[in-house]
Parts: sequence; structure tokens; C-alpha cells
Amino acid sequence: MLYLALVTLGWINIFAAVYDETIKQTIWDLSINSGRQLLFMAACIVIIMGIIIVDMRFYEVFAYLIYGLVIALLVMVPIIGKEVGGNKSWIGIGSFGVQPSEFAKFATALAVAKYMGSVGFRMDNFKMQLVLFGLIGVPMLLILAQKDIGTLLVFTCFILVFFREGMSPFLLVVGICAAAIFILTLLIPNQLYLHGAIVIALIMLIAFGKKKIKRIAILTVGAVIIMGVIESVDYVITDVLKPHQQNRIKALINPDADPLGYGWNVTQSKIAIGSGRFYGKGFLKGTQTKFDFVPEQSTDFIFCTIGEEYGWLGSFATISLFVALLLRVIFIAERQKSRFARSYGYSVASIFFFHFAINIGMTIGLFPVIGIPLPFFSYGGSALWGFTILLFILLKLDAHRGEVLQRG
Amino acid sequence: MNEWRKEIIQVVFVLVGIIFLIKLFFIQVLDSRYADLANSNAILRQVEYPFRGLIYDRNGKLIVYNTPEYDLQIISKETIGLDSVRFCEVFGLSKEMLRQKFKELRARKEYSPYKPTLFIDKLSNNDFAKIQDNLDEFAGFYIQARTTRAYSTAGLANALGYVSEISKGKLESDELKIYKQGDYIGQSGVELFYEEQLRGKSGVKRKLRNVKGIEKGSFSNGKYDTLSIPGQNLVTGIDLDLQQYAEFLLNGKAGSIVAIEPSTGEILSLVSGPSYDPNLLTGRLYGSNFKLISNDTLKPLFNRPLMAQYRPGSIFKVAQAMTALQEGVITPETRIRCDKTLIGCHEGHDNQDLRGAIANSCNPYFLGVLRKMLNKGISNSPYDDTRIGLAEWNKHINSFGFGSILGIDLPNEKGGLIPTPEYYDRAYSNRPWKFSNIYSIAIGEGENLVVPIQMANFAATVANRGFYYIPHLVKEIGKDAKPLPQYMERHYTTIDSSYFNIAVDAMQQVVESGTAQYRAKLADVIVCGKTGTVQNDPLPSHSVFIAFAPRDNPKIAISVYVEDAGQGARAAASIASLMIEKYLLGQTKRPHIEQYVLNGKFL
Repeated sequence: MLYLALVTLGWINIFAAVYDETIKQTIWDLSINSGRQLLFMAACIVIIMGIIIVDMRFYEVFAYLIYGLVIALLVMVPIIGKEVGGNKSWIGIGSFGVQPSEFAKFATALAVAKYMGSVGFRMDNFKMQLVLFGLIGVPMLLILAQKDIGTLLVFTCFILVFFREGMSPFLLVVGICAAAIFILTLLIPNQLYLHGAIVIALIMLIAFGKKKIKRIAILTVGAVIIMGVIESVDYVITDVLKPHQQNRIKALINPDADPLGYGWNVTQSKIAIGSGRFYGKGFLKGTQTKFDFVPEQSTDFIFCTIGEEYGWLGSFATISLFVALLLRVIFIAERQKSRFARSYGYSVASIFFFHFAINIGMTIGLFPVIGIPLPFFSYGGSALWGFTILLFILLKLDAHRGEVLQRG
Repeated sequence: MNEWRKEIIQVVFVLVGIIFLIKLFFIQVLDSRYADLANSNAILRQVEYPFRGLIYDRNGKLIVYNTPEYDLQIISKETIGLDSVRFCEVFGLSKEMLRQKFKELRARKEYSPYKPTLFIDKLSNNDFAKIQDNLDEFAGFYIQARTTRAYSTAGLANALGYVSEISKGKLESDELKIYKQGDYIGQSGVELFYEEQLRGKSGVKRKLRNVKGIEKGSFSNGKYDTLSIPGQNLVTGIDLDLQQYAEFLLNGKAGSIVAIEPSTGEILSLVSGPSYDPNLLTGRLYGSNFKLISNDTLKPLFNRPLMAQYRPGSIFKVAQAMTALQEGVITPETRIRCDKTLIGCHEGHDNQDLRGAIANSCNPYFLGVLRKMLNKGISNSPYDDTRIGLAEWNKHINSFGFGSILGIDLPNEKGGLIPTPEYYDRAYSNRPWKFSNIYSIAIGEGENLVVPIQMANFAATVANRGFYYIPHLVKEIGKDAKPLPQYMERHYTTIDSSYFNIAVDAMQQVVESGTAQYRAKLADVIVCGKTGTVQNDPLPSHSVFIAFAPRDNPKIAISVYVEDAGQGARAAASIASLMIEKYLLGQTKRPHIEQYVLNGKFL
């Protein structure tokens, strides 16, 4: 039900986003995105039927095979793919393109779950951890070759799954700290202050903690590493990231610095959402989204249409739906008897969560602009199918949970 | 196992949702800035300037009308990638000028890269025709059409006034927020006085447009659009032919001509010399021309009929005569010897009655009349007696409309001066004063100051035998076709109308056998007038004449004041009679008088 609600809302919003009053289009018109999205939705029904018909064991048994197939597709993308919007991530089939990276998500989820569900798997085993990171690392590398940073980052969400299954939270904490320091470095122009703060923190930690040699050593090394990271931020920003990615980070930190240039997307997106006020402007009444002030509004910035036309109430409903979906997925995951199914469930939740958080976060200026779709809302066949497959495999597994012997 | 981890993940999910909703609440509900920005993004607000009311003369001839003018506006965020070389070529600008324009643009207070801002103003029809076809080459530039004033006559400038962009000071004091920067407003003359009636109301059209600035129809189907309401048309009492003839006659002279229709108070012509062509103060050259005109040593912006306070000279004797009659100190038969010991006089008369004294403008006669008025023997002290008499005298003189502004429908009118006892107290620093100190007011010299419009109004008052309507230019406003209410009200003097008949007799005599007999007499019309020659040492005297005609049922009352032109019987009387002839008979049958006026050698 949640799925249906989200997909339908998404479809109507795509129509609103591309609607042009001068041409009296209908929502069914195949020449516009909403019409095509309807086709994709129809295809989803076929996919759902397929998933339900196939025996549940298929997914576990062939997890690695599916994974392998998708990896093979990903390898082929740079060779036979076509370039869209600076990213070479499409494989053309007729007039429609397919993005293998969208399918890589569920394939990887299956593979990770399969590995974690295998007999004798222990999360605290370093070697096994390495294998897991390998499983998500391979598609990441291949997607990096496609220059699709957004999708690449999606794979980091598997850390949440690992965390659930017993991985030490250390990695999560380190990750969050690194991101915080990264942002701080950009916010505070003079890095001397930052270095000073770290040194002071180090001295305080040493002074007020247990004075063991080993602890002091670890803290000192840690501090030096952090300072090194700070020094490297500039280098990373200017030399590793591409100019448009640098700008997106700059736009996050100070969106008003160049509202016509790199701040355009975020500024316009916030204007569109903000202009919806409490009740919104009404269906098809949005001026910002309708007149193309917000770029990519039927795909990555679809949330602007919701914000503008349905106001805070609409945003509230949408976010509530998503949170409900996420909690529901976790609830389903938790009632699985096999570790495979549970891990898979968490993978689904993590992937949805990551998309949801980053996508809406970027439209309201909380995250840098990263081109990933909002599940079920954004226009795009591959993404819609990918998310549908992700969700319905879980539902299939759930439907047969009684037939599985408890293993983990 | 790891149950707590499940909780944490769920808490994180819900937390993120809540954070988003809070942030959204801030930008959607609490912060109205975004809604404003969205409007400026997608809604192009176009002002429709109203047509300013037209101004006609009394015969329906158009005097002031509107011609189109164009402002070039810019939305700078849309001009990215402007081909400046091509722009300069099309608009006929040098590179330097273009840079300067952009500099000015950014310095404007209302400047915003998202809003249309004035870039080049006052393009004429010709300029616009040149650039119209090329305008679509330059994204972000828009044409704002509006109208500017045009004048069918080169004269009448000081009466009509002019229109220009509202000043900063005015804008700030505009509490009703009627005007916006860039609006035009009447700056003087009729344009200023009738601003409220003429301006009309701006309309606003809100148009939707997409990110490329392409219009996508009207906002909310025009629900919030307002139509511009044109200003009301004005019909003036000006007779354009007479006005132009008057300007023709006064050309090259400094002074003023004011003609009034006595039965209504409508001003038939109002000339200030020297003047300027009102068309100079429209369009792009407004700024430079204004500087030239306002710095001119002949003061063409000085509106003499209203602002020049002159001593009235002998025309004042008519008022004196009626005041004395009203006070009962003389009768029309009272004779006073022309005794030149205190004050000079012309030759040719000796012992006149009142009418003769007016006809020959006898100075000693009116000295005697004033003495009778001011020293009536009410008090034993000559000082107190004069004070009592002067206060009485002042009351009567003021009732003719002298001594304070009449309230005509033009700004900057001056009131002149009719001395009061308090005035002399100040002038003499509270030392005592009596008749012998102040007698020169008897013949319109001394402290008396009168503006030409008051002189004409006085002529009209005599013509009406005792009342006047406040002179006014505009006789019909808009569809009501009525003047302002204050111009429909009669003002009576404190003098009985029977005494006016005596004054009329005397003024007829002035023209027929008195001082003005050589140049003001007309064959077919009985003209009543009075000359004045106002001392102006060391320069030649000012020449003054007031008149009305015909004697019965008068159609025109007039005052003519020509600076430094000698005797009133010459320049002023000639001009006044030519005006009367032209107005009543359509043309002059006295080309020699016209030639005499045009030659301008009056001394």
C-alpha cells in the first residue's frame, strides 16, 4: 500500500513538474515524462509478478550469479554506454536507456546478504569484513569509472547493515568525524584555528584521562592524522574533485555566494519549496517548477514540486510516508528468521534511507547536490525498477519466512 | 542479538525525518523571503503608465498632449553573454558610455539583478524605431512604454508648467505612496496645480515567465492586474489665438499680460516675458535644457504675472477714488487744485473734479484725497488719526483682491503688499509716523506692491461693478466640466456698486479724452482703462495699463505691465488695446499701433 501511494504520488508530481500550460497536455501523454513514467510503472507490475512467481530460494541461491551479471553489465557500460549529463552510465536499448548502476544496488544487497547469511559468518572477523567491503567496493569502483558520484556514495550505506549485524560502531563514528572535520575545514578559512583546537583537545584529553603511555600515543597519532586530513582537504577539493563537484560543496557551505552560478540549483530549489508556504500553491499552480527555474525537477529535484504545490503539509505527508516505509521495512527485516533475509531487509532500508536523506537534504540545502533520485518519485525507469525489485524481493522473502529454518 | 542496534537505526531514520520537517517548516512557513523571491523569479511586474490628462483651450484647441516615449529596462541576471560591441552599435553608444551606464545602474538604490531596472531613459519614438527590430538580440532588456508631454504652442510655458521625474525629496514626503521612483510628476504651472486630476492611476500587469524570461501568460488570469486609469482632461479659459497674439506683442520685452473674462474670472491669456518653449523641458534633453533656462539672466522661469511684485502706479488711483467715495470724504464733484509743491504732475489741467483727475491722472488730486481719508479728525493726534484712517483704507483696498494672494490655480503666486499700520510700525521701528511720511501710496507708489494678475482682477472687478471671481486658468475638469468650487464664488468689494459706475465713467474718459486717448481708443468698442507710469529710477519707468471692454457687459479685462518702457500711455496702453481689439473684433484695424508695439521704441 505504501508502495502504491508513493508511486502514484510520484507520477502525479512528475506531471506537475513538466506540465506546460501553453500545450494542453494530459498526464497520459507519452511525449512527456509523466506518460513515460506510467509505462515504467506498468513494467513494474510485470516485474513484481515475476518476483512473486519465482521461488524464494532463487534469490538466495543465485545471489552471487545476479551480482556477477550486474557487475559484468557495469564493466560493459564504459564500453557500449552513452553519455547523459556528464555521466556515462547508460546502456541504450532502443529509445530507452537503462542504468545498470540502479540494478547494482539490489544485486549488491543480495550478495552482501547472502555472504552475511552464510554459515559461520562472523562480523568481527577482519577477513570476512574485508570480503564484505570487497563486495560493495567492486561496483563502487566500476561506478566511479562512470563518474556517477551519487550512486557510488549510495553503496556506503551498507555500513548501516554491517553495523546492525554487529560491526563495531567505530567505523561509523570515524566516518561522521571525518565528514564533520571536512566541513569545518571548509567553513573556517584559517586552518590554524582548527589545528589549534585539535592540539588543545589533545592536551585536555591527555590531562584529564588515564595517563597510560599507550593511550597518549594513540591520541597523539590520531590528532596528527586529523591535522593531516585537514591539510589534505584543500588538495582534495582543488585537485581531486571535478570543478562542478567543488562548486556543489561550496554551494552547500555558502549558497548565497554565487546564486546565479554554482548556487543556482540549491537557491532555486529552496525558493521553490519555500514559496509553497503552509498549504502550497495547489496542483499545477507552481510557478517555480513549472517554468523551469528549478533544474532537473522531474528527476533529482522532484521534491521541489511537492514543496511548492502542496506546501509544508505535502512535505509532511511525503516525509511521513517515507519514514513509515523505512520503519516498515525494518519491521519486516526484524521478523525474518534467516540472517540472509534480515540482512537483505536492512540493505533495502539502508538504500532507501540514503536516497531519501540525501535527496531531500540536498533540495533543502542540508547536503551537497548529489544526483541521486528520490525513490518512487523521481522520473526514471531504471531507478523505479531498481527500487521496486529491491522492495518486492524483500516482500517475497517475507511471505515465505515461515518456510525457512532459523539459522542466525 | 544486537537489539539496541535496531533501535538506533530506527531512531536515526525518524530523527532525519524530523530534522527535514523542521527545516522545511523554517523555509516554508516561517520565512516568507522565499515566497517573495519566487514571485520576483516568475512574475514580471509591468507598470502601465496612465495617459496624463490633456489640456485644451477655451475653443477646444489642444494645447498639451502626450507623445510616446520609451525607457529601456534591464534585468541584469538575464543579460549574461551580452554582446557589448553589437549593443553599442545598435544603441549608438561608445564603449565608455556603456560602461558608465552599467556603473550608474549598479549605483541605483532600487537596483537588483532580478528586477527590471531603468537602464536608458527617455528614448524618443525615433530612437525606439531604430532599436525595435534589434531588441530581441539582447536578452534581459525590456522596453517600457510611457508618454511624455508635448505642447502645440511654443508659448504659455509659465502657465502650463512642465512635467519631469519625481525628485527624491518629493518621493520621501509622498506619504500615500502614490508615486514610485521614475514616475513623472507636474513640477510647475497647471501641471503641478492639477497634478491630482491630471495624473490618472498607474495599472499593473503581472505576467508569468519561465526561466528564460519568456512570457507564459498572465498571472492568475489577470485577477490581480489593474488597468491604468487615464487622467482627467482640462479645459482652460485660455484663448489660444489671443495668447499667441499677446506673446507676439510682448516678444522682446520684459513684463506681463493678463487678460480675464470678468463675468467668470477665466483667464484668457497669461503671458510672462521673456519666456521659453515648453517643448524644451520634455524628453531626453530635459536636464541640459533646464540648466540653460534656469541660469538665464532674463529669468524665463520667473512667472511675472503671478510673481513679479510691482508698484502699481497711477492705475491705483481708481481704487483710491472709490475708497474715498465709499468713505464719504469726497463726492464725484469734489475739486482739488493741481498743487505741484509736494508732488509732480503733468501739464494741461488745473482744478479737476474726480473724473477729470482720473482721466488726466492728477497726482496732487489724489494726494488730497488720501489726506482726507487718513486724516478725518477722529483723533486729535495726527499720528493716531492717520493710523485709524489707514486701517480703514487698508480694509477697502484689500477687498479689491490686493495685499494677499488671490488663490489662482497656479503655484507660487505672490500676494503683493498693501501697507497696514503695523507694517509702518515695523518700518519706522515703532517711531511715530503720520500722513506726511506715507503719502506716496496715494498714487500707487511708495510701499504698495501688486502683482499683474491682481491688476487684471481689479480691472475685472471694476468691469463687474463691484465683484470678482478668483482668476483661474482651468474652467472645466474632466467629465464634470466644472472648475474647482472656489472659482464659482463671487467676491464682493466693500464699495457700493454706484461708486463703480463713477469709476467706469472716469476710465472711459481716460481712453476717450485722457491720458490713453492716442493709442487705446477703438472705433467700434467703448474701452475703459487707466494708465500708470511707475517710477523706476535710475532706469526708465515701467509702463502700466489696465482696461476692460466693452463698457457695458464687458467681455475682457486686462492688465499690461511692460518693464522699463516709459509712460503707461505708450507701450502698455497700445498692447492692451490691441489685445481687446483682437479678442472682440478678431483682428486689429490699427497696423500702425501694432507696428509701434513691435518696434519697441517707447521712450
